[in-house]
Amino acid sequence: MANPDFAGREYPATEPYSVGREKIREFADAVGASHPAHHDLVAARGLGYPDLVAPPTFAVVVAQRAEQQYVADPEAGIDFSRVVHADETFTYDRPIVAGDEIAAVLHVDSVTQRAGISMVTTRCELFAADADEGAPGEHVATVTSSLVVRGEDS
Amino acid sequence: MTRPQLADLTVGDVVATRTVEIDRAALVRYAGASGDFNPIHWDEQFATEVGLPGVIAHGMCTMGTVVDVVTDWAGDPGAIVRYGTRFTKPVPVPARGAAAVEVVATVGATDADAGTARIDLTVTHEGVKVLGRTQVVVRLS
Repeated sequence: MANPDFAGREYPATEPYSVGREKIREFADAVGASHPAHHDLVAARGLGYPDLVAPPTFAVVVAQRAEQQYVADPEAGIDFSRVVHADETFTYDRPIVAGDEIAAVLHVDSVTQRAGISMVTTRCELFAADADEGAPGEHVATVTSSLVVRGEDS
Repeated sequence: MTRPQLADLTVGDVVATRTVEIDRAALVRYAGASGDFNPIHWDEQFATEVGLPGVIAHGMCTMGTVVDVVTDWAGDPGAIVRYGTRFTKPVPVPARGAAAVEVVATVGATDADAGTARIDLTVTHEGVKVLGRTQVVVRLS
């Protein structure tokens, strides 16, 4: 079962993830996102963005890396072969664009047990890292995710 | 292209519909693009051993794919300020052919003060709802 002692835990900011143009194009192709602002610099700038715009679920790439700090920790008690993704929400202050350096601060918001299953909810606060300060800067997005972990006998 | 105007929207209006097809190649592509290499999304034997009917789509692949209908409608991917869903049923993806996922986008609410519309997506596969409470908040003028 998921270890309830992890509830409320906050992790240090991750090393920044460098958002590249080709990664945005690759991710956009993988989810069938054909809007020109994901692919074409002129189109993105025409909409007022400094560079290619990431699709609405792209932040999961950064968030899932950050979540590994928690879910891959043997002490957390999360058996990944028993995990089902329950829900996911993205909230953006602004879209992620190519050239961003995104650091994630992971929070374990809750760990609950019920009828042989555990449910864990995590929240990643994403910041555009300030290269000069070397510290999290502007808040860009929040990614919340819940996982259900089935017990040994279910 | 003309962007939708908030004042023109009425709750309940269907603003877009689309059928998207997800095949095994799409799952492999999504695994690579996202970094989610859980074998339940590409290894039939592994998937059945852990009690699934077979290979299933990443919930995040389905979530990422169905929202494009809203991006196209809004005319600007950066207009999407919030997007959430619940993964209610898995989407099994056959070894040959593809799973067809039906998407209907409806105006769920409008907020003139915030300048946003909430678009609700109904997402089904073979008549079964695979995503629940799928809401996309879009900033419009």
